[in-house]
Amino acid sequence: MAFLEIDHVTKHFPNPDGKGELCVFREVAFGIERGEFLTMVGHSGCGKSTLLNIIAGLETSSQGGVVLEGREIRGPGMDRMVVFQNFSLMPWMTAFENIRLAVRAAYPAWSRQQVREYVQRYVDMVGLTGAERKRPTALSGGMRQRVGLARAFATEPKVLLLDEPFAQIDALTRGVIQEELMRMWTASRNTVFMVTHDVDEAILLSDRIALMTNGPDARLAEILEVKIPRPRSRGTIIDEPEYGRLRSHIIHFLVERSRLIQAEAIAKGD
Amino acid sequence: MGRGRQRVIIYSVLLCAGFLFLWQLASAPAAGGKAQGLPGPLAVGWTAWEMGSNPFYDNGPNDKGIGLQLLFSLGRLAIGYTVAALVAILLGVVLGLSPTLYRAVNPYVQILKPISPLAWMPLFLYTIKNAGMAAVLVVFMSSLWPILANTAFGVATIKRDYLNVSAILQLSWLGRLFRVILPAAAPAIVAGLRISMGSAWVAIVAAEMLIGGTGIGYFVWNEWNNLALSSVIFAILAIGMVGVLLDFGLGRLSRIVAYAE
Repeated sequence: MAFLEIDHVTKHFPNPDGKGELCVFREVAFGIERGEFLTMVGHSGCGKSTLLNIIAGLETSSQGGVVLEGREIRGPGMDRMVVFQNFSLMPWMTAFENIRLAVRAAYPAWSRQQVREYVQRYVDMVGLTGAERKRPTALSGGMRQRVGLARAFATEPKVLLLDEPFAQIDALTRGVIQEELMRMWTASRNTVFMVTHDVDEAILLSDRIALMTNGPDARLAEILEVKIPRPRSRGTIIDEPEYGRLRSHIIHFLVERSRLIQAEAIAKGD
Repeated sequence: MGRGRQRVIIYSVLLCAGFLFLWQLASAPAAGGKAQGLPGPLAVGWTAWEMGSNPFYDNGPNDKGIGLQLLFSLGRLAIGYTVAALVAILLGVVLGLSPTLYRAVNPYVQILKPISPLAWMPLFLYTIKNAGMAAVLVVFMSSLWPILANTAFGVATIKRDYLNVSAILQLSWLGRLFRVILPAAAPAIVAGLRISMGSAWVAIVAAEMLIGGTGIGYFVWNEWNNLALSSVIFAILAIGMVGVLLDFGLGRLSRIVAYAE
């Protein structure tokens, strides 16, 4: 059994018209090994963020379950920190206080001094130095997500859940923060489950990429291995022949096959 | 902006001067007769000077300085308002966190809210048989509903994201209350505090007219019985000034707790 096991998870939502239920995705099953970076790619509506929330314990599955280190997940917890697409920082706290809130929760026995030094280390690590006394509204999207990353990494969770973390950040900043994330992940070797639309981001960061068919009633179609040696960088990765091959495979999948496979599966009554 | 502001000040001063002038004209004694109308601004000004120069004297039950009377009123206000705020915020948090409870309790709150706090006075006098406490309870009743309604609304509309974060961080109940729920709902809560401070200050004056004894409300009524109308007018002005100061303090507080999303 893998470190994090997604065990045949199905999710239904009540229909918007109030009649019956809508299946978002069905029987999704895969495992993530300790220290592995797995990314899920799929169109909007395939339920990938819902799956991430189920792993986080913020939503419940309709069938199946999630098992972390042999124990079934029964709600949110500090062993699974989320980096949210909309940052989800407390707007009445400064950047520093946002990180400190998580650090205090993670290490309740520490003294104020210890907590302060530790928070400052993460502030410096993500390049927030000088901006840590500002509130989130005074920061750019990129800076806000740096706070989000620092908050998540600082608690040293068993699993890091990244929910389209760079979707609301401008393209130029996105690249910079992706490399920062790579650096932090290389140092900490967290187990990561990420959800994204961005094919290049998925290839750059991941060990494996899971492809979802279109929703509703989405399935896990296949899992690709990214056989590009690390350390990687945005500048050099595009020259790898493997990069082009993976990229066209995924884009073909998203443009055509994601729809076809789903139609086939439904026709078979699977 | 500098010029706009200057104009505002000029208009304000002119309005005040015009009002005082007309007031003085209207209250001028008829030729040869004794003053029958309201005391004019000069008479009130003289009273203000007299009362303001010795505001805290105490010569027995019916003769106390206006400052002392205001302090009596403020004391009642402070007790009733503080207790009401504690009760209403606590209850409001509970209701705000539970949509079911909120909907179950809301009809009763809607019925109780529009009742004049003074209407409770006979019941309070009958049950606790202490006029001073009854006045404090009137303040309590007038402050309770706006704070309760605003707190429940503020807590119920906290963004799901903040609660998700506090769930992931597994904050204790107290940690969640003080670090997330109260700061998130603070702008709404302080708005409620501000509204109820206004209505409590209105209510205490009326309550003190009924119960007698001490307080600025009683002072106004007592001066009316003495036909000391210039004292009445000065007391009215003093009530307004204290109200402005109280609101100013809460306005400061609302700026401190405000946040942009």
